[in-house]
Amino acid sequence: MKPEYDLLVVGGGPGGALAARTAAEKGLRVGLVEKRSAIGVPVRCAEGVGRDLIEEFMEPDPAWISAEIDRAVLVAPDGYRMTLEPSMAGSEVGYVLDRKRFDRDLVLQAADAGADVQVRARAVAPIMENGAVAGARIEANGAVEEVRARVTVAADGVESKFARWCGIETAVPLAEIETCVQYLMTGIEIDPAATVFYLGNEVAPEGYVWVFPKGERTANVGVGISGKKCRDGSRPLDYLNRFVKEHFPDGRVLEWVIGGVPVCRPLERTVADGLVIIGDAARVADPITGGGIYNAMFTGRLAGQTAADAIAHGDVSANALMAYDRGWRTSKLGKSLERNYKIKEYFITLSDEKLNRLVHSISRMDLSKFSVLGIVTELVKHDPSLLLELRALRNIL
Amino acid sequence: MLVIRRDVCGYCGCCVSVCPVGALELIDAYLSVEGDCTRCGVCARACPLGALEVADEA
Repeated sequence: MKPEYDLLVVGGGPGGALAARTAAEKGLRVGLVEKRSAIGVPVRCAEGVGRDLIEEFMEPDPAWISAEIDRAVLVAPDGYRMTLEPSMAGSEVGYVLDRKRFDRDLVLQAADAGADVQVRARAVAPIMENGAVAGARIEANGAVEEVRARVTVAADGVESKFARWCGIETAVPLAEIETCVQYLMTGIEIDPAATVFYLGNEVAPEGYVWVFPKGERTANVGVGISGKKCRDGSRPLDYLNRFVKEHFPDGRVLEWVIGGVPVCRPLERTVADGLVIIGDAARVADPITGGGIYNAMFTGRLAGQTAADAIAHGDVSANALMAYDRGWRTSKLGKSLERNYKIKEYFITLSDEKLNRLVHSISRMDLSKFSVLGIVTELVKHDPSLLLELRALRNIL
Repeated sequence: MLVIRRDVCGYCGCCVSVCPVGALELIDAYLSVEGDCTRCGVCARACPLGALEVADEA
């Protein structure tokens, strides 16, 4: 790292990479630090993403696509399976990525645009000046150096410690962390073009089990449950082992992927003087699916744009950077986060019996576009007996 | 004190995200506890693998 940049990005995931690339393309001097030894590993992700969402940022590259997904299957607690076909699947179909390659490609794009990149370099504290963030102290290979920046982007993922050091509370409530374990399994019988979601309090309380194909006989098989349901003997690892024993007893495990996904509301404020918070660090993962790749890239790009504007106008105060906060909150993404949070709060109250009724009802509907909003709206229309159940949602929609 | 079972820890950072006082720090495969830990046990609850345990001071 050089001693000074226009923009310093803390964290080299998809969000940080987009912030760095966007700002560098606008001519800013950009530095990006990643505390781990390599970009993209270890993977902390189920790797699913909507097709059109990725294409908003770049051309899909076969090198980082593990599987193309044409349909989604929902499995009710009673075992009933309903398939969401392409015509109705909308943005919920897409790719299962190879995050190791995907993340590296994104950071390469940032570097190609002119950003300095350093791995195994960890922010250990913000540089604070008159209450404003003015860069970070960066530890690399045993030495700490000051890296000053006009704007710093906190892109440090689920841990989100940088913003916390700057005085912004980021701790995720126990009930709103999805605690997850996934196996990369091979030698299993799957539909290589379908993502499968298992619902139910027996398989994954306040979460779900996913089977996301990575090839003909290979898939990410994982489970996420609410932190408040997690105890010795009923941790996600226990649920996963039970699921695998029942469904893929002969499968072989090539990799363990472990992690937490925030499903709380986004931070109340995602900027401060000289600071912008993006992606998982800003708690903008989708509260229903837990998906965070697109959300991180979207907020990362917006952070890079806003920082460039603010720097061009010579004002990097929280007031000036609020354009970023307002920007994502009023976007389609921001609105769907708020709506999906409320829907999630309702979904997690459902018994298995009610989940069964929901999935059976969805299967009888003719959906022109599969989205969470579409499904719930159609449910209210098609199954009057569910109306009472869904009345809590009607105000939201 | 907070006991970290290093043979179990998957160094995923889930615990770091829920710690109310920011007492946990993860560097590569090494999780450490800093001075502010209140032994509230939230991290032990959230851990996907059960690698954390709040032990009595003794």
